Amino acid sequence: MELHQQILQYLLSGFSTGAIYALIGFGFAIIYNATTIINFAQGEFVMLGGMLSYFFLSVVHLPLPAAVVLAVLATTAVGIAFERLAIRPLKNATPLSLVIITIGGSILIRGLTMLIWGKDTHALPSFSGSEPIDIGGATILPQNLWIFGITIVIIVVNKLFFNYSITGKAMRACATNRRAASLVGIDVRRMVLFSFVISSAMGSMAGIIIAPLTMTAYDVGIMLGLKGFCAAIIGGLSSGFGTVLGGLLLGVLESLGAGLISSGYKDAIAFVILLLILFIRPQGLFKKADSERV
Amino acid sequence: MLRLEGITQVFGGIRALEDVSFTVNGGSITGVIGPNGAGKTTLFNVISGLYTLTSGNVYLDDRTITGFPPEKLAPLGVVRTFQNIELFGQMTVLENVMVGLHTKSTSGIIACAFKLPGHLREERIIRERARHWLDFTGIGELAGTVAGSLPFGKGRLLEIARALALEPRIILMDEPAAGLNSRETADLAGLIGRIREAGITVVLVEHDMELVMDICDDILVLNLGRKLAEGTPREIQENPAVIAAYLGEG
Amino acid sequence: MKREIVKFLILALLVLVVPLLLKGGYLMNVLVFVGINTMLAVALNLLLGFAGQISLGHAAFFGIGAYCSGILTATFGLNPWHAMAVAACAGTVLAFVVGFPILKLKGHYLAMATLGLGIIVYIVFNEAVNLTGGPSGLSGIPNLSVGKTVFDSDTKNYYLIWGFTLATILLSLNLAHSRIGRALRAIHDSEVAARVMGVNARLLKVRIFALSAFISAVAGSLYAHTMTFLSPASFGFNFSVELVTMVVIGGLGSIYGSLFGAVLLTLLPEMLRTFQDYDIVVYGLILILMTMFMPGGLVRGIPAMIGAVSARRGNGGNEHA
Repeated sequence: MELHQQILQYLLSGFSTGAIYALIGFGFAIIYNATTIINFAQGEFVMLGGMLSYFFLSVVHLPLPAAVVLAVLATTAVGIAFERLAIRPLKNATPLSLVIITIGGSILIRGLTMLIWGKDTHALPSFSGSEPIDIGGATILPQNLWIFGITIVIIVVNKLFFNYSITGKAMRACATNRRAASLVGIDVRRMVLFSFVISSAMGSMAGIIIAPLTMTAYDVGIMLGLKGFCAAIIGGLSSGFGTVLGGLLLGVLESLGAGLISSGYKDAIAFVILLLILFIRPQGLFKKADSERV
Repeated sequence: MLRLEGITQVFGGIRALEDVSFTVNGGSITGVIGPNGAGKTTLFNVISGLYTLTSGNVYLDDRTITGFPPEKLAPLGVVRTFQNIELFGQMTVLENVMVGLHTKSTSGIIACAFKLPGHLREERIIRERARHWLDFTGIGELAGTVAGSLPFGKGRLLEIARALALEPRIILMDEPAAGLNSRETADLAGLIGRIREAGITVVLVEHDMELVMDICDDILVLNLGRKLAEGTPREIQENPAVIAAYLGEG
Repeated sequence: MKREIVKFLILALLVLVVPLLLKGGYLMNVLVFVGINTMLAVALNLLLGFAGQISLGHAAFFGIGAYCSGILTATFGLNPWHAMAVAACAGTVLAFVVGFPILKLKGHYLAMATLGLGIIVYIVFNEAVNLTGGPSGLSGIPNLSVGKTVFDSDTKNYYLIWGFTLATILLSLNLAHSRIGRALRAIHDSEVAARVMGVNARLLKVRIFALSAFISAVAGSLYAHTMTFLSPASFGFNFSVELVTMVVIGGLGSIYGSLFGAVLLTLLPEMLRTFQDYDIVVYGLILILMTMFMPGGLVRGIPAMIGAVSARRGNGGNEHA
């Protein structure tokens, strides 16, 4: 394969994982905007999506669409339970205790998954065949197309929801100013719950569509979650276009780094980028710095 | 002693302060007044180094302290208190004041960890001085109480004691009488008088006009981020522009 | 002050006496790890409990200490004590360099950044196979020795490591009760007010981060020379979380609390051997429940609970009387 074909190949696979990172990043951004909490358990929603659809498909023997729907619903239920049991009861919590509690939640979910389904890695079948498709000398799998398609649909629906529905607008109002939102009669606590619903559903979907390519296990949530966070940070923790670009950028850099430099250090690339962004431009790559009032 | 020159502070298009110049005389009590949103607290935040100011200069004597962060101002003798008192809530009252003596001691991590003799001597002096300032502000009997559990009025006194422990040349007080009852306010007026007698220059932002007119030598009036007037309490009371601003006709 | 000294002397006495009661055996081996974990928990507590700055990557400094010592002695044949000095410097210098940009961050951002740092270091341990031996590990690390005494048994290592642990505890207690300790707690409660009082918050946070890394690296070096074998798995994200759990259980800002947390979290899994895989679930539950119901940690929470119960009893008695 010639170099330009190789690079095209890296770009395609980079876009595909990047789309996943963007979806996970959205989940971080949505919860952050509603609560100013960084939900360390976000990656576990992604893991649950993959593991639960494997469970419904291969253990319960349901057809794929039913398994996917059930997996998303079950993950969302976990998201709701987490918000109700661990986040809502906290009043005036410091950022430190919020960090600790969401970490606690994440290792609890991970540990329980391991106890129930073991430490094995599981494969999920592709949604429609696994014949590679040739694009200008590079190949792409049908599953990659599913990833692109579903990601685009989710992003569009997300955009419509936040821009046009009453609930979506109310959530944006909460993100801008919680107190003002509650003064005009928006039920802030319900919006926080919604943010957990949406981001756990989105996260689980991301986990489901990537599982046929990368396999799934009880511990995939840590890495996927952190990389989603990285995408969200590049995008300035907005649930808009910045996070999509952040995800794609991260995916492509990772795939180029793995292909051209070293595959062993592939995972380190995301974290080096994360640290650099946090050090140099903590407001994200695509946002102007606000002159903050103390 | 403290001189402001053309202070301008812009937040994302909003001009919180515009071209404010003013001089505080050494040994005086100066009041900064003005309607809500006039920029009084912003002015304090600029002087005490919490905001990076957009343009202008701040001088202490003839030395510029423009843009100095608070930790650099403290050793020069510039200290402040906060409108919503900022205590170290989990520490005792005595420990709070001992932090005020941070700049009066030099022991580093190693001296502290190994309890070197110099550090022990320092620690004893810090404790004595801290008690002195607690007595000065009249809360000596509360030394062992956890600061977070103090009633508001006592908390305010603790904040002042902590600031005084720094042995400052100038103390900026942001609404020291807010939330105090009339007896506490009278006590505060007495305390501020004693602070001046100790040779410390006082600048205060205050809404309690009676207090300001009573104790201040000079007054600076701000309105909508600009200097509206300056002068003695009597001059200010008779200034038509000030009266207009306060009656809402400005 | 007198009470502090008595408390510490009782602890030191306990440390001396325990091996005589156990007469060697398996538990001695566990107690060696309790000592190392106590050093780490106390070190993290200086940062997390006193200065209020979270680190989710502290296993990295532990690992750097361990691998520096291991590689310098096993591969390059350096004297273990010299290796320990180099290891301690390496951890401190890294913390100092990274500390300035990283401690500018607050709350969640700081947590994520330290986590990222930890994972990068962990990946390097795995991938730099030439140096670290990669996932299959690094072996042949010599024991420490003083004169003719080689620290090659559990009992000898116990005294060696608890010597270091007691020193760590004593120095940390001194620090906690000094102007530095007060300044750190002041930063925790109100950084702005601390700065107004002349505390250079930024520099002090970095220095305490470096101190914490220094202690962690020394603990790492001790670990390397006690185990004589290292593999990256001991220095991953899970261990960083375990350290945070120790500090939180014991009580943020309490040195003896960290000792307590380290003892509990090191002994508990050993006692629950049959539940091997449950430990991670238990940590998760502990973190959530402690943060929700006992944010002061066991050291403060249990006396408060006893106080509340006895107060209720007292009231009840009065009503009936």
